[in-house]
Amino acid sequence: MQPVISITQLNKTYASGHPALQNIDLEIHQGEIFALLGPNGAGKTTLISIICGIVNPGSGRVLVGGKDIIKDYRAARAQIGLVPQELVSDVFETVWATVKFSRGLFGKKPDAAYLEQLLKDLSLWDKRDAKIFELSGGMKRRVMIAKALSHEPQILFLDEPTAGVDVELRRDMWNMVRRLRERGVTIILTTHYIEEAEEMADRIGVISKGRIILVEDKQVLMHKLGKKQLTLQLQQPLSCVPAELARYPLELTDEGHALVFTFDTQSEHTGIAELLKDLAQHGIDFKDLQSSQSSLEEIFVSLVKESRA
Amino acid sequence: MNLYAIKAIYLFELARTWRTLLQSIATPVISTSLYFVVFGSAIGSSMTQVQGVSYGAFIIPGLIMLALLTESISNASFGIYMPKYSGSIYELLSAPVSYLEILIGYVGAAATKSVILGIIILLTARLFVDFEIQHPLWMAAFLVLTALTFSLFGFIIGVWADGWEKLQIVPALIVTPLTFLGGAFYSISMLPPVWQTVTLFNPVVYLISAFRWSFYGVSDVNVGLSLAMILGFLLLCILAVGWIFKSGYRLKS
Repeated sequence: MQPVISITQLNKTYASGHPALQNIDLEIHQGEIFALLGPNGAGKTTLISIICGIVNPGSGRVLVGGKDIIKDYRAARAQIGLVPQELVSDVFETVWATVKFSRGLFGKKPDAAYLEQLLKDLSLWDKRDAKIFELSGGMKRRVMIAKALSHEPQILFLDEPTAGVDVELRRDMWNMVRRLRERGVTIILTTHYIEEAEEMADRIGVISKGRIILVEDKQVLMHKLGKKQLTLQLQQPLSCVPAELARYPLELTDEGHALVFTFDTQSEHTGIAELLKDLAQHGIDFKDLQSSQSSLEEIFVSLVKESRA
Repeated sequence: MNLYAIKAIYLFELARTWRTLLQSIATPVISTSLYFVVFGSAIGSSMTQVQGVSYGAFIIPGLIMLALLTESISNASFGIYMPKYSGSIYELLSAPVSYLEILIGYVGAAATKSVILGIIILLTARLFVDFEIQHPLWMAAFLVLTALTFSLFGFIIGVWADGWEKLQIVPALIVTPLTFLGGAFYSISMLPPVWQTVTLFNPVVYLISAFRWSFYGVSDVNVGLSLAMILGFLLLCILAVGWIFKSGYRLKS
């Protein structure tokens, strides 16, 4: 399948000499939700800004829907809607005027019915005649989304969409993202809320210090890097791991009341069966057991740590 | 051409005028009316004719130019500075519009406003003094050309400015003095010979002189030269804007 966004060897160094992006290669598939994760200053916003035309690329090539963002910028940009991180817009304008302006700016002919539905979907219809400075932060965020969607884009960028957003709006926003995806819209988001990426995204890219250090299907990533742990609640506390069990990666926690066994989900032979047999043989009884898988957040933190080391 | 985009920018900018009607139309009209009252009716009545024209009528073209220059610059510079200041410029930069279309939208709207304002002032002047317009087509041409040129100049200032102070500094420190010294209130032949030469380095002299010629058929400097100077300044502004867009100066990093 042809990627909807294709980035080849993209570099960007700011005038200050700060290398913001280095040798970025990335492909975004049609209709997916792609989450770009990375610590502050990793280059997430720079990457999005280049694709959208706000920042000039240094070197490299970016195609949006097969169109070069420099040579064929009209065709490339017309497909994109961007919700920036900051709440910025002409505060003295009304909601309706600003959304109408955005649609026109993107070269779409006026369509009052579409904009009405859009504002209704975003619970903004009642506020259509309000000036933007009169709105609350959450409402302003909705306006930013409405502006981005005003021209029916095929690709939507959400830069830190839920930073500082209340629970209700966050839920509405994710519902909207799901609806858009059902319509075939490709969504690229950056977020600090890793649990959201974990819940929403199809694929995950991790960027650190201007480099893409990993791009993976979320399930595969969780599976590949996810370590599983088996925790056994012991009947009798132990003071140390018995020498007979030293060949297992075991750890005593909870003041000797719990034994934690870490295993790799990838290997065919997890060793759980032997461990349990051995435990029985040595008379170590347990009253409960549970297994857990590391979250994306843990994976992410360990990845970024590695790349920084 | 993304005509919808040009229309969107143009109408959005004009809408700002209606929203700030008092500031954008009433204020310049009132201040110009005060000039007419003070210089035209009060002082002008006890003054001799200048170049065969009554003083009250003589100052009309200069006063319209004064308002035209100031308002063109302030409208256009504010129009492009505002999104830069608020950050909403991101939308303009990410939209499928060419720089030319952005320019047509912003400069077109600013120039439209100035021309409307110029006409309103002209009509207001009629309430205070009698005057004739010998070359109405040339008058309209100079009006539009000046509005366009200085809106373009204002656009450049708006792109260059990185603070509100800078936005004010050029109109206040350069344009207003040049207009006052550009023969709005006097004919440069009234100056001592040395100053007559010095004043020819003031570009506003040519604007006012040519504009006044379209009214009364008399001018301080040759009309052809005036026209060449105006077109020259327009070309200079176009080149500057071209460079700004090519380099992304203060718009794109």
